[in-house]
Amino acid sequence: MLTGVPATIFYILAAMIIGSAVMVVSMKNIFHSALFLVLCFFSVAGIYILLGAEFLAAVQILIYVGAITILMIFAIMLTHKLYSAKIKQSNEQVVPGLIIVGALLIATLFALGNTAWKLSFETPEAQSTVGIGKLLLTEYVLPFEVVSVVLLTALIGAVIIARRE
Amino acid sequence: MVGLNHYLTLSAILFCVGIFGVLTRRNAIGILMSIELMFNAVNINFVAFSKFVTPTGFAGQIFAIFVITVAAAEATVGLAIVLLIYRNYKGINVDQINIMKW
Repeated sequence: MLTGVPATIFYILAAMIIGSAVMVVSMKNIFHSALFLVLCFFSVAGIYILLGAEFLAAVQILIYVGAITILMIFAIMLTHKLYSAKIKQSNEQVVPGLIIVGALLIATLFALGNTAWKLSFETPEAQSTVGIGKLLLTEYVLPFEVVSVVLLTALIGAVIIARRE
Repeated sequence: MVGLNHYLTLSAILFCVGIFGVLTRRNAIGILMSIELMFNAVNINFVAFSKFVTPTGFAGQIFAIFVITVAAAEATVGLAIVLLIYRNYKGINVDQINIMKW
């Protein structure tokens, strides 16, 4: 355990993330799951701010909290009858799932503990937004343009899939 | 100071919770939510590596932005498919949708 203000904030955010993520996968009512998903995304935005990525934190809140979760809640509303508390929300794979996930977690943490990362201690640039903006329009301009085509394809695809015949 | 391993551990736990959700949820929307949790775990990894391994560059954060974009596209198409399945089968529990199983 570490002490100090950043460490305390980190532990609070981590507890909120993991706690709300566990609620997302275990709540009986899928609508409550969606609300816990909002809390989880907000806490992840806090982690981004702690890591010095303010722009990404803003994008996280705008897109995940503002768009994706609202879309999920719309879909839950449209498939209305299914989320009442009486319907069983998990299948029979809970115990095998727990075993597999636990084994995966132990293997991942073991690998993390035994890897020597090439850490760098240079002082980071103060303004991440400026740096990201410059990189997106110079070095990463091709992926930046291609991803707009991906978004357009998803838009057209969603309309074509969901429309009535 | 909070180190790289703290963030990686947090991300590993979040990823495993997401996998558990994908394995055990019956509702297709619940599965999509668990996938979003896994995307977030990956993004925390990207940003943590960006800060601790290449602090003067922003490649990790730009990767995370692209991941968020693709996640948004995935959620849109996924929820459209879920609505179509609901219209045709009157249900979105994935253990009832077995048309592609032998």
